[in-house]
Amino acid sequence: MKFPGSKRQIITEAAQSFTFTRRTMVLGALQGAVGAVLAARMAWISVAENEKYSLLSESNRVNLTLIPPRRGWIIDRHGRPLANNRTDFRVDLIPQRVVDADATVKHLAQLLSLEPDEVDRIREELDKSAGFRPVQVADKLTYDQYAAVSVRLPDLPGVAPSQGFSRHYPGGSTVGHLLGYVGAATAEEYKERKNPLLITPGFKVGKDGLERAFDEHLTGKPGAKRVEVTARGKIVRELTTRPDTPGHSIKLTIDAGLQEYAGRRLATQSGSVVVIDCANGDVLAMASMPSFDPNSFSDGISHMEWAMLSQDDHVPLRNKTLQGLYPPGSTVKPMVALALLEAGIGPQETVGCSGALRVGNTLFHCHKRRGHGAVNMRTAIAQSCDIYFYQMAQRIGMDRIAAMARRCGMGQRFDLPFPSQSYGTVPDPAWKLKKYDQKWQVYDTVNATIGQGYMLINPLQMAVMAARLATGKQLMPNFLHGAKRPEPALVGASEEHLVVIRDAMSAVVNGGGTGGAARMSIPGVLIAGKTGTAQVRRITMAERAGGVRGNSSLAFKLRDHALFQGFAPFDNPRYAVACIIEHGGHLIRNEDAPMIASDTLSYLFDPKKAMEKLETLEKGWGGTPSERQARQMGAFRLARAIEKGEVPPPAADNGSNAAAAGNSATPAPAAPPADESDDAPPPPGSNAADAP
Amino acid sequence: MSIIPQPITQFPWRVMALLLAIAVFGTLVLYSAAGGSIFPWATNQAVRFCIFSAMALVLSRIPLEIFARFAFPAYGAILVALFLVELIGGVAGGSQRWINLGFMQLQPSEFMKPVIVLAVAQFYARLPVGEIRSWNAIWPALLLIGMPWSLVLIQPDLGTATMILAGGVTVMFLAGLPLRLFIGSGLTVAAIVPIAFSFLHDYQKKRVLIFLDPESDPLGAGYHISQSKIAIGSGGIWGKGFLQGSQSHLDYLPEGHTDFVFATMAEEWGMAGGLLLIGAFMLLFRWGLRVAMRTNDRFARLVAAGLTTTIFFYVAINLMMVMGLAPVVGIPLPFMSYGGSSMLTVMLCVGIIMAIDRSNSRANNPRNWG
Repeated sequence: MKFPGSKRQIITEAAQSFTFTRRTMVLGALQGAVGAVLAARMAWISVAENEKYSLLSESNRVNLTLIPPRRGWIIDRHGRPLANNRTDFRVDLIPQRVVDADATVKHLAQLLSLEPDEVDRIREELDKSAGFRPVQVADKLTYDQYAAVSVRLPDLPGVAPSQGFSRHYPGGSTVGHLLGYVGAATAEEYKERKNPLLITPGFKVGKDGLERAFDEHLTGKPGAKRVEVTARGKIVRELTTRPDTPGHSIKLTIDAGLQEYAGRRLATQSGSVVVIDCANGDVLAMASMPSFDPNSFSDGISHMEWAMLSQDDHVPLRNKTLQGLYPPGSTVKPMVALALLEAGIGPQETVGCSGALRVGNTLFHCHKRRGHGAVNMRTAIAQSCDIYFYQMAQRIGMDRIAAMARRCGMGQRFDLPFPSQSYGTVPDPAWKLKKYDQKWQVYDTVNATIGQGYMLINPLQMAVMAARLATGKQLMPNFLHGAKRPEPALVGASEEHLVVIRDAMSAVVNGGGTGGAARMSIPGVLIAGKTGTAQVRRITMAERAGGVRGNSSLAFKLRDHALFQGFAPFDNPRYAVACIIEHGGHLIRNEDAPMIASDTLSYLFDPKKAMEKLETLEKGWGGTPSERQARQMGAFRLARAIEKGEVPPPAADNGSNAAAAGNSATPAPAAPPADESDDAPPPPGSNAADAP
Repeated sequence: MSIIPQPITQFPWRVMALLLAIAVFGTLVLYSAAGGSIFPWATNQAVRFCIFSAMALVLSRIPLEIFARFAFPAYGAILVALFLVELIGGVAGGSQRWINLGFMQLQPSEFMKPVIVLAVAQFYARLPVGEIRSWNAIWPALLLIGMPWSLVLIQPDLGTATMILAGGVTVMFLAGLPLRLFIGSGLTVAAIVPIAFSFLHDYQKKRVLIFLDPESDPLGAGYHISQSKIAIGSGGIWGKGFLQGSQSHLDYLPEGHTDFVFATMAEEWGMAGGLLLIGAFMLLFRWGLRVAMRTNDRFARLVAAGLTTTIFFYVAINLMMVMGLAPVVGIPLPFMSYGGSSMLTVMLCVGIIMAIDRSNSRANNPRNWG
């Protein structure tokens, strides 16, 4: 069989040999050509594209890690640190790199002897984490613990021990609401800003308060560490390190000592104190207690601690100075009196107080059932006579009072570096029509006159009101030391009128008025002020007939708020103060608003003496806020354990101890002071204020 | 006549020196790839080179007739072994390429690379001269190539199958088959490739696609090629220096001591090292082809040229693969890549070519340089 199509051709050995030689040469040429192509390719990659591949090789080899910048300090007006940084050994988990989360956490818990609720928190954060965000395992470790984790790193993928800085708040919980706290950035924040710094272990952003408002200012520039790593991420050696640039510090108008004093002086109560410098409106202290401890918040708070804080009826998680709204009660009376003076009512004009006044078809009572008799303005303020104000306010009408209230700072919005604020309300006929589509009634005026009804205020606004009554200037609150401000406008009251008010407010404290508890122990310094009681429940006619129930017999949430606003010295005001005790009910004299406000101001005149008094008092309250909170936490943990059945209920004697410790933040009901009626009891029942 | 004794002049000094130079270079690269250690690769490789060199020298003393006589029996034995591998693989499940002999694992497809050349060459040597342009000159050769080729392809081992096919076809080409046949089938293959592509295993398809665009999946299947190119490219003209290659030392380059050893070398020795190595291989091929052209015996010259081309395919496919010109097919670089099988095969080829060269110089000119 022949190959089709091929010509018959004599193929000889010689011809075939020639073909072979020729084809071998072709083959050789082809091989040479391939060799040339390979050489050309080699040259192309290694010479022409050398730059590109060198770069890729470097980015393979070198891993850049950011060093979180130290956060700027927050210092007080005297340069004392309110928030600084501490060197810190810490351990984080990078969820993405963790292989066996359960085993790793267990191993770490054993190495670092973590509390069970810490372990729960880590597990929970690991679940929630989007993979790139580091989860803090523990910080403030000793060097030994740090080293123990470091040497076991090969067995613990995803565990990142580091040496860095953690935020420290020397004032503890007393600065919680003022400064806020810091924490790791959330997955949302990272998605929004895509800044790799946000997912660097140990980097914290401001989460609340001033830490959040000035976050950018406080955040420095990160340093960087270049390390050589293998394909599996093992670090071979460090190449270069660029140090971080710390953030800028911020100088506040706050007086660190006063702030801490105010926080501690609030005792076991749920309340707040604000102190304002009458010279320029600088806020010297702004405490809201009880509070979270920003130190433990910034470390990543445990589930247990969070549960305890959010269940507490003293609402430690709410900043009461800016977010708490309260009926101002009788604290508005000096302001109303100023409006009366402005409207031409003479300070000596008297009103006969018989203990009750009929307005429309409702009977409005004075807090003193038997009445005050004939009262002029001074007595009306000093004794907090309601009938005087019911009568006089009806003569001038609500609009004039509301205008004065606004000039005094009530209902005013202040531009402050806090993310969340609530502002009080100054009601007037136009406001009511707009809000409720109802006509203003005379009883609305009567209610507003004594700071009930629709009228609401927050503690900062109350302090501003005190400062404006003291100075006659529309001072604006300010937190930044040395901030440039325009000269404040005037309230619009004559000095003569202001003297009348100051004198009357002094009489409240020093002239046998309702605020005797606020009398200052500093010789030569007289405090002027005004007490207040804000009712949070309705008193029915039936109850009034049978005698109004005392606060001590009421549940905590139904007790009256206790308020005090004032300034010192009364004749040449330097400092203004406001204090609100939620559901205080004037039950404990040394934990009531007037004495707390007065003691806080006394710290500014004689810190040593004020501190001595506080330390004596604290012994009776079970120690400093942090000690009390630690005990509360212990009791809470035990209660939880009993609830879950992990721990048998303790024997009777142990149990009572634990219960006592657990309740230490709640005042034991005590008999109200009998000799002195602290302030006006609630206004008539028909239109009592709503509690905030 | 020289005063140097004949056994010394006849010893293939030049080619052995060339191979020694390549092997020493390869051992140095393996020393570096192990992070500056002679263990585990460099020593093994050096010892193997010595053993296989001795084997090649022994082979070079075997008369050519022996190779011719054993070409078909050897071919038959390896074909049976390939069947066995397929059967065992079928039983064990999954692809298997070797037979476990207890003391070593035998990979029969590796031996098929030189043996296919011997077998096809033997076929054409026995074919009467006049028959070369008939059907009878084609189908037995295609059968000889097709059986092992398909067995290796279904293992699946695309690289080795390609080399078997290429080795056999090269011999067919050299034997003097009409040129139109090669051009025609070349065009046919070009038309069939897209269809054949659809029959490939998924991982093979992926390799081909990734080869076309390695950056499309730099962390997955394209990782090998990407990292290899980075290693070669970052080496530049003179390289990063001995023991200084970051790609290989930090484990970014996979298979840096076997298939991708050229990248390991190029990173540290740069383009200079690469061109030197390519040049050395070219010298080797030139030697092989010149041996073939000097030979008058039909079997011997086909074998010499065919085996040279087999070594050439090793080098060319491997280098094209590491430089991103061919898909990743798992063909090692002779004398450089760590591994016994490939070195054994290549040394078998070299030994047989040396035997041919020796018989030439005996027959004609004792002053041949080989």
